[in-house]
Amino acid sequence: MTRARRITWTRVAWMVGAIGLIELLCRLGAIKPLTMIAPSQMAFELARMMASGELTAPAAYTFTEVTTAFAVSVVAGGALGALVHAQPRLRQALDPLLASWYAVPFFVFYPLLVALFGLNALPLIAIGVIFAAPAMMLSTLAGLDRVPRVMRKVARVHRLSRVQEVRLITLPTAAPHLFTGLKLAFAYSFIGIIAGEFILSGGGLGYGIAYAYESFENRKMYALMLFVLLIATGVNGALHVWDGRLARRRGRT
Amino acid sequence: MTRLFDAVAIVAAIFVIWLGLYAYAGDAAIAPPWTTFAFAAALLSRASFWNDVGATMAAFAMALAISALAGVAFGLVLGMRRFAGEVAEPILSSLYTIPKVTLYPLMLLIFGLGMSAKVAFGVIHGMIPVMLFTMAAVKNIQPVLLHTARVLRLSPTQTALSVLAPAVTPEIITGLRIGFALTLLGVLIGEMFASQRGLGFLIINGIAVHNVRMTTTVTLIVVAFAVAANGLMLTLDRRAHHLAQIDDQPTRE
Repeated sequence: MTRARRITWTRVAWMVGAIGLIELLCRLGAIKPLTMIAPSQMAFELARMMASGELTAPAAYTFTEVTTAFAVSVVAGGALGALVHAQPRLRQALDPLLASWYAVPFFVFYPLLVALFGLNALPLIAIGVIFAAPAMMLSTLAGLDRVPRVMRKVARVHRLSRVQEVRLITLPTAAPHLFTGLKLAFAYSFIGIIAGEFILSGGGLGYGIAYAYESFENRKMYALMLFVLLIATGVNGALHVWDGRLARRRGRT
Repeated sequence: MTRLFDAVAIVAAIFVIWLGLYAYAGDAAIAPPWTTFAFAAALLSRASFWNDVGATMAAFAMALAISALAGVAFGLVLGMRRFAGEVAEPILSSLYTIPKVTLYPLMLLIFGLGMSAKVAFGVIHGMIPVMLFTMAAVKNIQPVLLHTARVLRLSPTQTALSVLAPAVTPEIITGLRIGFALTLLGVLIGEMFASQRGLGFLIINGIAVHNVRMTTTVTLIVVAFAVAANGLMLTLDRRAHHLAQIDDQPTRE
């Protein structure tokens, strides 16, 4: 067995072991069903909610918001990153702001955003964008910084047009960082929106969890928590694999 | 001089946005700057406010201590044991991307209402980045440093103190800075849901009882604290990285 495969299998064994342990403790009654239900019961309840269509509306609500926030963050973050990169003076001025951006606990703004925009999807998308766009912007800046000067000169020697230069030189060189930006933008819009829904909202998965918690519907609550967990790890895992593939392809050329 | 100008420009821009939001939404949603500052002054001289600050700070200090100590300790172990580190890293990074807010009901069910749930919530937010940064720092130590230690026949203690510690400190400081911000975020979110005291409670309670002035003011105070603390740690961070760079350069004698 290769080392990489051994690592993967050890990881799988650990995770299966951890879930199995929780399952066992729940079944034996060491963890009370009021605290936590067994993972198999969570999965069962989740399957039931999916089949009965109970999950469709909140999931669709949340995914629409996350997709919107993600798209806005990527476009706005990327554009701002490119703009600021072209203006060193502006970048120098913005530097302290960007450096302390993620130190601010943004969820404290969420109640204000609700007061500003009302209790609908808008404050949720706004908190997602506030959280995600700077990550995309910082990644774009880092990516553009990594384009070697010699590559720019090559572009000039070959008399590439501005569009050609971006397509053939800038984007491929900055790609790894842009990809990190995409990953972070997804994770942050997802976190921001679920958290916002949980704190104060009228719909979506986060709201569903909070509502089930307050009405002591433990089974439903854990099924929804499992769903959110699966989505987050699923998308994260897929992006991880894709990133590895891109890196390998870059290594070959 | 330019830096002072930039700082003034950024603060001015923030004020313009603030006034714009006030003009858009009015008194029902956000308090204007002048009212906020007057109220902040009144609040800071009120004893009951300091009780809330004390409640938040006690939970935050405890959560930060646990995040920092446990994060650095686990990070060191996982960094030194390559195999374990590679098994754990993707698990940790996907834990980092899940919206941890959804785990809040679980924390409450395990720890009950009050201090320990707040602390636990801070720790699950703050510990993972500290672990990831520490792990990366240990993994990326240049082998030549360890070889040199061996050639010089340093004892394990000497190696740890005079080679390993200085090599990993800058990255660990970066991890702690990020852990600091996220722990604060976790504690504040915790207070928003299930607390009768603390700054997070004041913010969400301000919305519930339509005390807009309170929400705006406490939000401002929290943000000011977070930005100031981050600025301080950023200075420390940059100094540590700078010193490490000087050490790396060959000395001319």
